[in-house]
Amino acid sequence: MAQVLDKPVQLKAPVSPAERTARRRSLLEWVAVHSLGVAVALFFVLPFVFVFLTSLMSDTQALSRDLIPHTWEWSNYRKVFDTPGFVTWWKNTLIYAGLGTVLTVASSIPVAYALAKFRFRGRNLSLMLVISMMMLPPQVIIIPMYLFWAKQLDLSGTLWPLIIPMAFGDAFSIFLLRQFLMTIPNEYLDAAKVDGCGDFRTLLKVVLPMARPGIAAVGLFQFFYAWNDYFGPQIYASENPGAWTLSYGLESFKGAHHTDWNLTMAATVLVMAPVILVFFFAQKAFVEGVTLTGVKG
Amino acid sequence: MSTITLASKRRRSALRTLAFMSPWLIGFAVFFAYPLISTVYFSFMHYDGFRPPTWSGTKNWTYVFEHYPFFWPALRNTLWLVLVMVTLRVLFGLGVGLLITKIKTGTGVFRTLFYLPYLAPPVAATMAFAFLLNPGTGPVNSILEKVGIPAPGWFNDPTWSKPALTLLALWGIGDLMVIFMAALLDVPQEQYEAAELDGASAWQRFRYVTLPNISPIVMFAVVTGVIQTMQYYTQPLIAGKVASGVIQGAGTQFEPGYPEKSTLTLPQLVYNLGFQRFDYGSACVVALVLFALSMVFTAFLMRRRGGLNLAGD
Repeated sequence: MAQVLDKPVQLKAPVSPAERTARRRSLLEWVAVHSLGVAVALFFVLPFVFVFLTSLMSDTQALSRDLIPHTWEWSNYRKVFDTPGFVTWWKNTLIYAGLGTVLTVASSIPVAYALAKFRFRGRNLSLMLVISMMMLPPQVIIIPMYLFWAKQLDLSGTLWPLIIPMAFGDAFSIFLLRQFLMTIPNEYLDAAKVDGCGDFRTLLKVVLPMARPGIAAVGLFQFFYAWNDYFGPQIYASENPGAWTLSYGLESFKGAHHTDWNLTMAATVLVMAPVILVFFFAQKAFVEGVTLTGVKG
Repeated sequence: MSTITLASKRRRSALRTLAFMSPWLIGFAVFFAYPLISTVYFSFMHYDGFRPPTWSGTKNWTYVFEHYPFFWPALRNTLWLVLVMVTLRVLFGLGVGLLITKIKTGTGVFRTLFYLPYLAPPVAATMAFAFLLNPGTGPVNSILEKVGIPAPGWFNDPTWSKPALTLLALWGIGDLMVIFMAALLDVPQEQYEAAELDGASAWQRFRYVTLPNISPIVMFAVVTGVIQTMQYYTQPLIAGKVASGVIQGAGTQFEPGYPEKSTLTLPQLVYNLGFQRFDYGSACVVALVLFALSMVFTAFLMRRRGGLNLAGD
């Protein structure tokens, strides 16, 4: 495109045949690339479109093979909210995701800071253990963890077994934040020290303001982790519908409305929508977070 | 005098490290080390959660490996998913990453559209796909039949259930796209110019310039893909449940891995053994197998020679 835009300045000069074929080729390439782009975009977008359209069908039409609703049943969404439990699941999800995010960020920052900027014996070992924890499937330790929370502390049927551990750092968040803090030049920290700042004040007054994008990325990832979590609520909250979250409740929704694909899809839209909305407000933080975990190091 | 202040300085700096690290140190001990050791302990115990645990030697291990009918199918499925799903995800992620670097008009819109499915909550995404790919009423099969392509049974057919899961996994390629895009944009432009001067074709430029430059990221995508496959839980479980029409709630029996054990994965077995059969000992055996597999790949990921330096500075 840049080439195409740069050329017209020289339009007065005669265009050589070689240049003409080159220009034609770049136009052809533009068309080919963008057609392929549209085709791939359809693959990514159509599922959302079909789900949304089905969510607006009548229950009988949702069972047919039609793609477009005959009558647009916006009341389906009200029916979803009227389903017993749905509002409670929202509330629980917000508590789990909100409180969990705050605790994770608060407890992971000092650890990430130490791993990024302090020199101490066992630092590399600690970092390797953090990465190992990050890669550990939650099912590996779930039996003792469940027995600990349910049998010893009698907290099954609540979301506390999921929230409390978040006050003790989260491996993925520590790793991502550490990657981010590594990019802050040491000169800033030295300058703060010269000015008489202690470690804690340096972290609070100098590092945190600079690390805001990294903190935003970690917070978002943690929020979505809790929002999407199915396994955790299944283990700890399944016996008490009053403690279910959206991700866990959604599946039972399919059971309560056995053949009502329209209502099930409306509920699906309502579970997806907040995630997508938040993404539109915080795109940059996301992309930065994904790249930092994958590329830098 | 100076040695004393040095020693006290050192002690202070050790205390400072300890203070900053303490949330994780506690978390590591209570939520990682202790349960991991307990998992090993319980794997040699007979424990149903009600009567006190009793020593059972290697009984759980022989039960899981020789008599538990779900173990080997689950391991075979994992192998299938690693070979097919991970490979296709990396190839498709790389392809979409390449495509997005070539798109010059409306880049932001395309990038957002390609990325969005990655954010869809797994339960919601799986339910959406279970509906879309429903053999009877789903829009995908009605379109396929209109075009005259024989429509598969997707999540209801054991030969098609894993390809259906793969399709769902390809839909959520957004994270890989971003990583590959960043890596592709980092390839030094001069190398392409030099290759072009030497008369290299598009394929040769990809093969001899692009690929060597991004190979650490390809490796990263493969290994993290394998680790994710070890944790693959929600999607196959929900797909099997929705396709089999089982209703969640007390007293319902769900045959794990519907249809015909084709969607079983190892994490599902931990749940099945521990929380449905109350055989915590055998569940811990599967958990340890899962642990061993995951750590092998994590060690591979952290190996410094692979060009990927996760832990380094």
